Amino acid sequence: MSTLSLAVRDSSTMLRRNLLHVRRYPSMTLNLLLTPIMLLLLFVYVFGNVMSAGIGGGGADRSDYIAYLVPGLLVMTIGSTVIGAAISVSMDMTEGLIARFRTMAVYRGSVLIGHVVGSVLQVLASLVLVGAVAVAIGFRSTDATVLEWLAAIGLLVLFALALTWIAVGMGMASPNPEAASNMATPLILLPLISSAFTPADTMPGWFRPIAEYQPFTPTIETLRGLLLGTEIGNNWWIALAWCVGLTVLGYRWSTSQFNRGLK
Amino acid sequence: MTTTTHELAISATGLCKAYGDKTVLDGIDLAVPTGTVFSLLGPNGAGKTTAVKILSTLVTSDAGELRVGGHDLATDAHAVRAAIGVTGQFSAVDGLITGEENMLLMADLHHLSRQEGRRVAAELLERFDLTEAAKKPASTYSGGMKRRLDLAMTLVGDPRIIFLDEPTTGLDPRSRHNMWGIIRELVSGGTTVFLTTQYLDEADELADHIAVLNDGKLVAEGSAEELKRLVPGGHVRLRFTDPDTYRSAATALREVTRFDETLSLQIPSGGSQRELRSILDWLDAADIEADELTVHTPDLDDVFFALTGGAKVAHQNNRPSQPGVPNQPKENVR
Repeated sequence: MSTLSLAVRDSSTMLRRNLLHVRRYPSMTLNLLLTPIMLLLLFVYVFGNVMSAGIGGGGADRSDYIAYLVPGLLVMTIGSTVIGAAISVSMDMTEGLIARFRTMAVYRGSVLIGHVVGSVLQVLASLVLVGAVAVAIGFRSTDATVLEWLAAIGLLVLFALALTWIAVGMGMASPNPEAASNMATPLILLPLISSAFTPADTMPGWFRPIAEYQPFTPTIETLRGLLLGTEIGNNWWIALAWCVGLTVLGYRWSTSQFNRGLK
Repeated sequence: MTTTTHELAISATGLCKAYGDKTVLDGIDLAVPTGTVFSLLGPNGAGKTTAVKILSTLVTSDAGELRVGGHDLATDAHAVRAAIGVTGQFSAVDGLITGEENMLLMADLHHLSRQEGRRVAAELLERFDLTEAAKKPASTYSGGMKRRLDLAMTLVGDPRIIFLDEPTTGLDPRSRHNMWGIIRELVSGGTTVFLTTQYLDEADELADHIAVLNDGKLVAEGSAEELKRLVPGGHVRLRFTDPDTYRSAATALREVTRFDETLSLQIPSGGSQRELRSILDWLDAADIEADELTVHTPDLDDVFFALTGGAKVAHQNNRPSQPGVPNQPKENVR
């Protein structure tokens, strides 16, 4: 068997295993989904009227705030879902399964590829669910073309890939699943201090750099621009740079830990 | 060693491994002929698991020429992996999926066809008495079941060489005996087994060849019989409950070893019928009535303690016992 077909076959076996986990234990995925959905409902129905005063220079109402909030929460959903990847990678490491795979004549990268592809697919499913809730409470994309929709989906996939690799690295670096979950917490905290809920320019001056110089804000701003026609500016290439940078970093981190040997 | 290299399933020359400044394996030489059971015996922390990890390609060695299944570990690890099966100390099963799914996962990773995979999985589940539990998540299995599933998973690819790292640690006596039966069956099919254990009776039961590892060095090697010859022979032990009787017996029988704290005496003896009769006659003549008489033949325990630094207590029965270790000395209580 050629190396490529071996790689494809083993990786898809590993992917099937990860998807089987998700199917058997949907509660973990749903738990991770709960945070963005609850925040969506909380901010729309509880804080919506107040929050809307802060966007669009006043005069905005609840439905304007829904439009503002949804792109942010879609990106937050990615951060929240990939925590699952950190936990399941760590579980594999502690249960000795990865050690077993490493003593078998399987394609070396297949274990991590299975986790990464599985996690990205899981993110897409989560995005569909959160998106459905958003549409149900009144979110509409105003004037996005097919091309913009495709770009938006592409951006979400790239961002999911980037965060997944980081999460996989975290999972491998953690001694147990609980630690992995803790280590991955910033992935759900960072969007809270991004432009997801309020525009960065409404924040105090000293805080603004924290909100701006992190992966979530440019990604959210780009998505907002694609779906709602707001100003994207240079956010798109900053977002892409974050995606590529985090993917490379996470990939190198994960594979070097994987190759270094067992804990 | 007269066997040539390609008849050896596993060979190691000068195997060294250190973690930081702690030397774990200090120049080990191993030679395991194809189709035999080799047991690496040693106390906790002796380096057994490290040796298995290195030979099963999980960890690289610092030095040494290593060949497994005819392939060089340093240059052809992939070919080694294709020839071996490994069951580690902690059962490496996927607890989230069922036993059957675990087996099918292995079949897929060995690139068996769907039909072949199902056949092999069903066959092994049956052989390891797991058919009934096959549809249950592996996380609900008992320790013994997990261990059996783990070994069944290892056998999916029909490996020629199997590494078993303490396969019966933590198992109850029945599961231990079942596991031994399974291992014997494997060997009768021509598989080479590399077994680590801290249980002497296990090595005695299973292994053709035993190497005793202590502190990173091989301190003895040979068959169980050869190793037993390394320590002085057996003895008869008399135990008393009354200190006065004990003292008068100890004075009367001068050629004995005294163990004052347990009120017991040891008389050297090979344990044959004739020797026993003469000892009994001697005791009768001296009018000594022991409360308990036991015959102790030399076993691997004696070798083990003599070789791994426990020589002081080698012939005493109140040895430091490891928790959960069923190291029943082969004694016959009257």
